Formats: sequence, structure tokens, C-alpha cells
Amino acid sequence: MSPEKTSPETMSIFSPQLSARFDALVEKYPLKRSALVPMLLYAQDEIGYLSDALIEEVAARIGITPLDVRNVASYYSMLRFKPAGKYNVQVCTNISCMLRGGYDLFEHLQEELGIGHKGVTADGLFSLEEVECIGVCCWAPAIQVNYDFHDDLTNDKVDSVLDSYRAKAKGEPANA
Amino acid sequence: MPKLVSHPDEVKVISKRFGMGATDIDRYIELGGYESTKKALAEGPEWIVNEMKASGLRGRGGAGFPTGLKWSFVPKQSAKPKYVLVNGDESEPGTCKDHLIFLHDPHAIIEGTIIAGLAIGAKTGFIYLRGEYRYLIQIMEKAVADAYAKGFLGKNIFGSETEYQVIVQSGAGAYEVGEESALMESLEGKRGVPRIKPPFPAVVGLYGGPTVINNAETIAAVPHILAMGGAAYAALGSERNGGTRLFGLSGHVERPGIYELPMGYNLKKMIYEVGGGIRGGRKLKAVVPGGSSTPVLLPEEIETLGMDFDQLGKAGSMLGSGAVVVIDDETCIVEFALRTISFYAHESCGWCIPCREGTDWLKKSLTRFHAGFGTMKDIDNIQYLAENMLGRTFCPLGDAAAMPTIAFVKKFRKEFEDHLNGKPCAFAKHLEVALV
Repeated sequence: MSPEKTSPETMSIFSPQLSARFDALVEKYPLKRSALVPMLLYAQDEIGYLSDALIEEVAARIGITPLDVRNVASYYSMLRFKPAGKYNVQVCTNISCMLRGGYDLFEHLQEELGIGHKGVTADGLFSLEEVECIGVCCWAPAIQVNYDFHDDLTNDKVDSVLDSYRAKAKGEPANA
Repeated sequence: MPKLVSHPDEVKVISKRFGMGATDIDRYIELGGYESTKKALAEGPEWIVNEMKASGLRGRGGAGFPTGLKWSFVPKQSAKPKYVLVNGDESEPGTCKDHLIFLHDPHAIIEGTIIAGLAIGAKTGFIYLRGEYRYLIQIMEKAVADAYAKGFLGKNIFGSETEYQVIVQSGAGAYEVGEESALMESLEGKRGVPRIKPPFPAVVGLYGGPTVINNAETIAAVPHILAMGGAAYAALGSERNGGTRLFGLSGHVERPGIYELPMGYNLKKMIYEVGGGIRGGRKLKAVVPGGSSTPVLLPEEIETLGMDFDQLGKAGSMLGSGAVVVIDDETCIVEFALRTISFYAHESCGWCIPCREGTDWLKKSLTRFHAGFGTMKDIDNIQYLAENMLGRTFCPLGDAAAMPTIAFVKKFRKEFEDHLNGKPCAFAKHLEVALV
């Protein structure tokens, strides 16, 4: 599909808020395309992953080909082409976290959730990922669940972090 | 939430507003904020650059290039617009200092960005944060919106004829984008691969215009330097290494955290006094002094070592991002080396073959080695591979992977040899026990 054939106004899969954000974002830069990387991330936050429809819409809005979008997107580790769980648990095992138990935490989470690296639980609630340094080194070991950081963890503490997300999914107030 | 720590030896310049509610613009102004920008606006570019040169401030991203000099390289006349680019892609393992700046003092970043723009004659500044720092991006975006509302940013900043726009940009996960030319590629909506240099960004940078790229910590220091005067700032540090910096202590120390200490502060003292020594009363085995890419140091090498760019260089390592990773005597260095190289293999953008293939081969060799299937020849091969990556890539990522690897093999050769002939890792059991 060529960029010209899609009309974002009539075919948008984005919410009105996301569309408005996109419209404002592309206007900010000297070059429209500068909006591409952040926009892919914001769109992924809403849709869940970079679906074909998402890629086509972003391509059309920026005026480049879907192939060009894929080429850029495949470079960035936070962008994914498959759905993750509702809560994506990212465990840092890089040096500072490793020295303070990052791998223990990762193993514990694999057992607790019954999934491995890049796995998704059957109920779709959690996915698990071993990630590179997330910039929380001085408060290690740390994980990031979607965008929320949880630092200075132990196996017990991480269990209550999971519980807080389980409660959140059920609409109960979170307490961790 | 990252915990704030403090120690009596700290000299708080950049961190002086941490924990004081300075994310609120009115509170920031109450604490003396935006005075430096007004002063810079009144005094003009030449004064700014001279103060920056006098401050002896050197790039906090790791290269240690003098900031004032960098700004002076930007041509005064340019057909294309000029840009300021703040590098907050903070991704070097061990490094989390910018995290605290964005969290506690976002307006200092905005001020530094405006002042850098005034110095070089730019009308637009970009503040690029790694995508994982979403909550910090939101803090930065709110701070920028507040600054616009006050008229500190926009068409006529502080009621002057000067225009300045600031755009906060999110990355999406890439260590390589912390390299200046890859950062510009990413900001132009492309894969973050490095550009060949020259031309340097000061001449041909973002959108082809002259561009100054500074680390977020460098930028955060700028308003403080103008407030206290370049010479006073320089006097806080050691020779040819002006000021203070945010050192990040992580790993096996009793009190990890971000501490602001004068440049040239003794490394041993930093670990034992500031950091409270090695966790659990164990012994120091090694220390990575400036982020994962900097060659490891042995306990006997840090006795009289001052933490500045020159002294670390003389010691055969680098000050890098100031991220001090402390390793105790129950840690397997082969495993540590393997984790380090795995990171670089993952983050290599694949543009230059020596880095793409080299990091992968090193990772494979070290994986085999750590599993006990290595041969004596492998040890030399690891070193040979790493040495052949040095200086053969567009950007420093290849060097960043090779340098620590060479140091691990050279300084801990015996430990590598102990893994030969299917022998189990001597630390595997200890490691499990120690880390529970």
C-alpha cells in the first residue's frame, strides 16, 4: 500500500487522543519523520504491539513506506511485533543488577509466572523479558513493569509487586 | 523510587536542589533558578563561552572533551539552523546519574539547554531521553510546558528578542543511540547507526546544521557554573578537571547510590568511606571505574588513584560516565566478562563488521569458556579478537566492548585458566549463596 492511498482521517485505528498527539508531534519538528521513533512507541502503548495496521497508519501519516517504518522499528528494542502481556515484566540482569541478585530474581520470576524470556502467561496478564541495563543501577536489583520501576528488590518483594498488578487487573486498589 | 543518599564529603552543585521540590517551576525560581539564563541573555555568547572554558568542565558522557571548547567550534555564521542536543539516552551499564537529574531538577536541564543555545546561536534545543525513562520524560515535558507558560521559552524568551524552542524526545530502547551521530540519526527518524566523522556535528549535525551535543549532566552543570563563575567551579576539582561530578556507586558496596564528589576524589576512599566498604565485610576483588566499557582496576591500582579523566587515563582505564561498579572476591570474573560482552553483542548496531562480528565471537567464546569447554588457545583468541576490534569502527562501541575484555583477560588470566578442562566455576556455588 502506498502512503498516498491511506487516509488517516477515515481509516484511523488510533484513538482521537493519539491522533491529536500525532498531529501535534509531526508539526513540532523541522522534519516530519523525526516523530517516527517516539510515535511508534506511543502507538504501541495504545495498540499493544506494532501490528500491520499500525505500521501502515504511521507510514501514511509520516509519508514514508511501511517497509521504511519496519526497517527503523526493528532497530529499537522496546518496539515489538507481537503482543506482550498486559503487564510486561522486564528484569535487568546487567552487571550492577547481576551483582545484587538480578539473575536470582529472573529465575524466581520464571518459576512464579511459569514462563521464560519473552513468554506470555496463558491468561495474558504477564509477559516476562530479560532486559539490558534500565538505568537503576544504584538501586539494584531492579525490574520495570511496563513503564514503572521497582527497585531494591528481593524475591519476596517481587512477589508482592506481582500481587499488586494482579489486584490492579481485578480493579482492586494497588498497595505495593 | 530511587533513594537519595548523602555523605559529608559531598560537594553539592548539580545535586543541591535534589529532594527540594524543584520540579515545580515556582519553587525552582525561589531556589535561584533561571537567574543564570537571564545573566547569559544579558552578557552574550562570548561571555558564556569564556566562563565555560574557565570552568574546566569536561563532557560527562564519558569522552571528557572540554565543553567550552566544543561550543566554540560551532561556526558563527551558518546557512542552516543550528541545534542543541541534550543526550539523556543514559544506557551505559552502571550509569543512572541523569535519572536523578531528570527526576529532581528538570529545569536545570532546560536552563543549560537555553544557555548552550545562546552560546552557539541556536533557536532550538532537543532533550532526548531513553524510552525506558517514560516517567522522567513526563516530568521533563511538564517542566518545558511550565517554562513556556512563564515566557522563559518561546518567541521572546524573558521578554527579549531572542527565540528559543525546546522539544523533549523519547527514544525506544537503544544503547548505541547514546553515540552522538547515532543520536542525530534517531532524532531524524532513522535507525541509530553512527555517521562517519569528519564532518563533526559542530559543522554538520542534526538536519545538516551545526549541532552541539552534550550529556545531560554536562548541561545540568551549566547554570551552576554561570552562577558561581567558571573559575570558582574549576577550583572545586583537580588539575585540568574542573568541578564536581555525580559518581554512581553500585554493585557490592554497603551504601550504593549517587554521590556528588569533587573531580579527583580518591577511588579507594569513595568505595570504603563514601560507599561504606564492601558488602558483608568481604574483600574487594576489582572495580569497574566508569561504566561497563572502562577497563577493570585491581585493588592495588586504586590506592592513590584520583577520579578524574587524566588520572584514570594514566592508570590504563577511563573515567567514562563516573559509574563505579564494585566487585567482591566471591564474584567470577569470567562470568562478569561474559555478562559485559553479552551486552555489547546485543547493542552492536551491526553497521561495522569488526564490532558486529567481534562482539558476537567474544560472547560465543566466553560462553563456551564459562561452561568449562574452553581451551588455552581460546584465552589468546579472546584477546586477539578484542585487540582487532580496537579503532576499526565508526563509533566507539567496538572499543567499548574490546577494552574491558582485554583488561579482564590480562588482569585475571589465572581465573580464566582455572575454567579450563571442564572444571566447574569455582564461584558458581558461592555466587548462588551470596546473591540470595
